[in-house]
Amino acid sequence: MKLAAALIALLALAFVPSLVGPYPLGLMIGILGYGILATAWALFSGPTRYISLATVAFFGLGAYTVAVLSETLPYPLVLLAAAAIGLVVALLVGLATLRLAGIYFVIFTFGLTELVRQLVTYYEVNVTRTLGRYVFLPFGPEHIYWQLLALLAATLAIAFWVRQSKIGLALRVIGDDPVVASHLGIRITRAKLTLFSISAVIMTLAGAIQAPRWTYIEPSIVFNPTTSFLVVIMALLGGPNRLFGPLLGAIPLFLLFEWLSANFPNHYSIILGLLFIAIVFVLPNGVLAAVDSVRARLTRKEASA
Amino acid sequence: MSLLRLNNVTKRFGGLTAVNGLSFDLAEGEIVGLLGPNGSGKTTALNMISGYLPLSDGSIGLLDETISGLPPEHIAHRGVARTFQLVRALPSLSVGENVLAALAFRKAPLWGAGAKAEIDTLLADVGLGGRADQPADSLTYIDLKRMELARALASDPRLLLLDEWLAGLNPTELQAGIELISSLRQRGITILLVEHVMDAVRALCTRCIVMNTGSKIADGPTAEVLADAEVIRAYLGADHA
Repeated sequence: MKLAAALIALLALAFVPSLVGPYPLGLMIGILGYGILATAWALFSGPTRYISLATVAFFGLGAYTVAVLSETLPYPLVLLAAAAIGLVVALLVGLATLRLAGIYFVIFTFGLTELVRQLVTYYEVNVTRTLGRYVFLPFGPEHIYWQLLALLAATLAIAFWVRQSKIGLALRVIGDDPVVASHLGIRITRAKLTLFSISAVIMTLAGAIQAPRWTYIEPSIVFNPTTSFLVVIMALLGGPNRLFGPLLGAIPLFLLFEWLSANFPNHYSIILGLLFIAIVFVLPNGVLAAVDSVRARLTRKEASA
Repeated sequence: MSLLRLNNVTKRFGGLTAVNGLSFDLAEGEIVGLLGPNGSGKTTALNMISGYLPLSDGSIGLLDETISGLPPEHIAHRGVARTFQLVRALPSLSVGENVLAALAFRKAPLWGAGAKAEIDTLLADVGLGGRADQPADSLTYIDLKRMELARALASDPRLLLLDEWLAGLNPTELQAGIELISSLRQRGITILLVEHVMDAVRALCTRCIVMNTGSKIADGPTAEVLADAEVIRAYLGADHA
C-alpha cells in the first residue's frame, strides 16, 4: 500500500518537467539535489550523531569527475567512475577518521573538504594547467531532473532498507553507546565505514549528475563549504532519524535560501548562521519529532479532560 | 578444566597500579563473588576481562584460548557478557530493541520472528514481560537493571560479569534481584559478580575472591573468606580485626 503510494508519487513527479516552466523546474532540481544530499547525510549522521561536514567534498569530487572525464568516456561510465572515486575516498577517509568522535570528527571532515579542494586545485594548476573546466553534455534540465529523481528514489529506498536492517540497528546502538555496542559483539568500525561509504557514494553521484548545470566548473564553485552546512541544517530541521525528515527539511530551506540569496546577497550568511542556531536550540530532533510531541501532549490533555 | 584463567593480570594507570598481579581460575558453572573496598581494582579487573581495558601485564584465558589483547566484540563472541556498574541502557531504543541488539550481533545471531520470540522470553525471565515496546528511557532504575541483565543474557554467554548489579535496590527489589540471579544457575552460566551487598554474596556465591589495593588477599569458600581477619581489616579497618 505504502509502496504503491510511493510509486504513484514518483510517477507523478516524473511528469513535472512537461508541466512547469524553466524557473520552477530549476527550483525542483535544486530541491531534489539538496534532498538527496540531506537524506544521504542523515543515513550515516542520523543514527551515529557524527556531524559530518564532508558532504561537499564528495559532491565536488562527483562534479569534477564529470568535468574531467565527460569528453573521453561515455556518460554511464563517467557516473560509474565518479561513484568509484567517491567510494575509494570514503573508505580512505573513513579508515582514518571514524575512530575520532565528537568535535574532532566534525573538524576533520571540515578540514578534509579544504584538503580535497586544494588537491584538485593543485592538480589542475600544475598538471593539467587549466583551473576551470567546461562541461558540455547534451543534457537539458529535464534530463538532470529525471536522473536526480531516480537517485532520490534510490536513496530513500536505501534509507528505508537500512532502517529495518541489522546494520541500521548497529548504527543506532553505536550512536547511543559505543562501549555497549562493542560489548554486544558489534564490529563498530566496519558498520560505520559501510554506511559512511554508501552515504558518500550517493553524495558523489548527486554532484556528478548536477555538473552539467553549471557548464563552467572550478573548485571554488563545487567545493563550496556552505553546501555542507546547508545540508546539516536541512537534515536537522526535518529530523535526521526519520525517513522523510531530511527531504522535508530540504524543501523549505532550499526555497528560503534561494529567496535570501536573491534578495539579501550581503546578509545571506548572517541569516544562515542565525537559522542554524535557532534550529539546534528550538528543534533539536527536527520538526517532525516536535509535531509528534505536541500531538502527544494534546492527546494526553484530551485523555485527562 | 577452568573456564576463565587470570594469570598475573596487572593494570597500571600512569604511576597508579590499579590491579597488581591478579591470578585466579573460575570453574564452569561457578558463581563467584569479587569483593573488596572501593578502589581495590574490582571493576578494573572486570574491564580487562571484557576487553574494555587493555592489560599492562599478564594474560587472560577463556577455555584454551588467550583473550587478553582481543577487542571487546571478539571477546563477546567467545561467550563473555557483562553489565556495567552504572547502568548503560541504550536510551533511544525500545526495551525490546535493547535486547535485540544483543541477539542480532552475537555469535549465533537471531533476527526477525525468531528474535521476537526470544526477546519476549528473555524479558519475561527478568520480570519485564510484555514491555518490549516501551522506550528504554522510560524505565525505573530497577527495571533498567533488569533490562541490562536480559540484554547480557541475550548474548548467550558462558561467562557473565555483573558489576554491582544489586547496588541501589531497596530491600524488596534486592530480594527479587537475588532470586533472579540465583535462577541463572540453572542456565549453567558461570558468573563473576562484583558486589558490596553482603547478604547477596552469602546467598549467591559459593566462593569469594577479595581484593585490596589491587592485589588478591583472600580466595576461598564464602563463609571462610568473610570470616578472614585480613578481609575484615581491609573493609572495616584495623580496630575491628
